[in-house]
Amino acid sequence: MESSDLGAVWLTLKLATIVTVLLLIIGTPIAWWLARTRSAFKGMVGAIVALPLVLPPTVLGFYLLITMGPNGPVGQLTQSLGLGLLPFTFPGLVIASVFYSLPFAVQPIQNAFEAIGERPLEVAATLRASPWDTFWSVAVPLAKPGFVSGAILGFAHTVGEFGIVLMIGGNIPDKTRVVSVQIYDHVEALEYTQAHWLAGGMVLFSFLVLLGLYTFNPARRKTL
Amino acid sequence: MKNPLLFASTVTFAVFAQADEVQVAVAANFTAPMQQIAAQFEKDSGHKATLAFGATGKFYAQIINGAPFEILLSADDETPAKLEKEGLGVAGSRYTYAIGTLVLWSANPTLVDARGEILKTGNFKHLALANPKTASYGTAAVEALNKLGLLNSLQSRFVQGENISQTQQFIMSGNAELGFVALSQVYKDGKIAGGSAWIVPANLYQPIQQDAVLLSKGKDKPAAVALLAYLKGDKAKAIIKSYGYELR
Repeated sequence: MESSDLGAVWLTLKLATIVTVLLLIIGTPIAWWLARTRSAFKGMVGAIVALPLVLPPTVLGFYLLITMGPNGPVGQLTQSLGLGLLPFTFPGLVIASVFYSLPFAVQPIQNAFEAIGERPLEVAATLRASPWDTFWSVAVPLAKPGFVSGAILGFAHTVGEFGIVLMIGGNIPDKTRVVSVQIYDHVEALEYTQAHWLAGGMVLFSFLVLLGLYTFNPARRKTL
Repeated sequence: MKNPLLFASTVTFAVFAQADEVQVAVAANFTAPMQQIAAQFEKDSGHKATLAFGATGKFYAQIINGAPFEILLSADDETPAKLEKEGLGVAGSRYTYAIGTLVLWSANPTLVDARGEILKTGNFKHLALANPKTASYGTAAVEALNKLGLLNSLQSRFVQGENISQTQQFIMSGNAELGFVALSQVYKDGKIAGGSAWIVPANLYQPIQQDAVLLSKGKDKPAAVALLAYLKGDKAKAIIKSYGYELR
C-alpha cells in the first residue's frame, strides 16, 4: 500500500468515528421521541429521518453543495460565523455523513426503545424515579442492543459512503479523500493492484462487521 | 433479383443502414460542441448518435473492459494511440479533431486578472482542477503550475473534479473561487461567456491535442464511419471553432 492509501484509511476511520459519536448524540433523542410520542408529526419526522435510505446520494450531494455553497443559506450562515464554506472540508464531510447515516442509527435505537414497552417505565415512575433517571437507569440499559446495532451500522455505513463525498469532497488528500474515493481513483487510473488491496480490505471489513453484528448481537433480529 | 429471400434481406439491411445508431464516448470538455454537432449530424444523415460524456481515463478503462462504444473522442492523443496499439482501435482511423486550450477561470467577474497574477498573490482558498491522473486538462494544469513554480505552494488548495465538467461545476457554484477548465466550457461566440478568465499561455503546457479514433466495435457500422467523416466536414469544424478550439 502507498502512503496515500494509508492516509485514506486513517481519514475514513477518523470520519466514521466522529460521525458515529455524533449519530448517538443526535440520534438518541430523536429515537426516544419517535418511540414514545403520540404526536401527529411522528409519521412525518420518521419519514424525514428515513429519507436517506431511499434517496440516491447524488440528490443529497447536490442539495448539500448548493445549500453549503457561498449562495446557499447554510453557506451564508457559516461564512457570517467566520467558519468559511463547508464543501471540500472535513467538517463538511462529517455533516453530510451524519445526515446520510442518520436512519441507520436512529431506527435500531428507536425499535429497541419501543420494545421496552410502558411497564418498566411505569414501575420506575412509581418508585419515584425522575424521567431523566428512568431514561438513563432503565431505558438505556434495556435498549443496549439497539445502541450497539445503531453504532455499528452508522459506522459501517459512513465507511461505505461514496456518492456524496465525490460530489462535495473535492478529492483532497488527508482531508476528503476517503477509501471509497481512493478506490475509485485507482480503478479510473487502471491501478488495479492498489485498487484490489483497498477494495478487498473493504469487503473483509464489511463482512466482519456484519458477522459480528449477527453473531454477538442476536437481539438485532428482533429490533430491525 | 431472383431470390426473394436475398432481396428481402438486402432491403432490410438498406433500411437499417439508413437509420443506424452510433455510441460515442466524448471527453467532457467537448460536451457542448458535440451535442450541437450530433444534432446537426442526425438531421443531415438520419443516423442517431448516442453520446456519453466523461473523463478520458475512465472511458479507456471502460473500453478495455468491453464497453459498447464505437467512437472515442478523447481529450488527449495518447489514449487513442494506446487503444489502436492494443487492437481496440481501428488502425489508421485516428486523427486530431480539436486542439484544446487551458484557461484559469472564476465565476466572479473581477477575481482573475488578465495575466493570472492571482495565482501568485494567492487570494483564494480553493483552486479547482480535473483529476490529473485521468483527465488531460488536469495534467495540463499541473504542468503549467509546475512551470510557473507554483505547484508546491498551491497544492494544498487543490480540489479535484472527477472530470472537467465537475471541475467547472465546483467553480460555477462558487465553492471553489477559481480553477482550471477547458476554454470551450466558458467560451461562446468568440469571447469568454461569463466570470473572469486568464487564457494560460500555450508555452506553459504540452498542447492538448484531442484525437478521435474509430473503435473496433464500430468498424463495420455505417453510422460510426459516417460520424467520423462528418466531424471532418466544414459544418462540424465551424462548430468546433466557435467554442475556442484550434484546428489542425
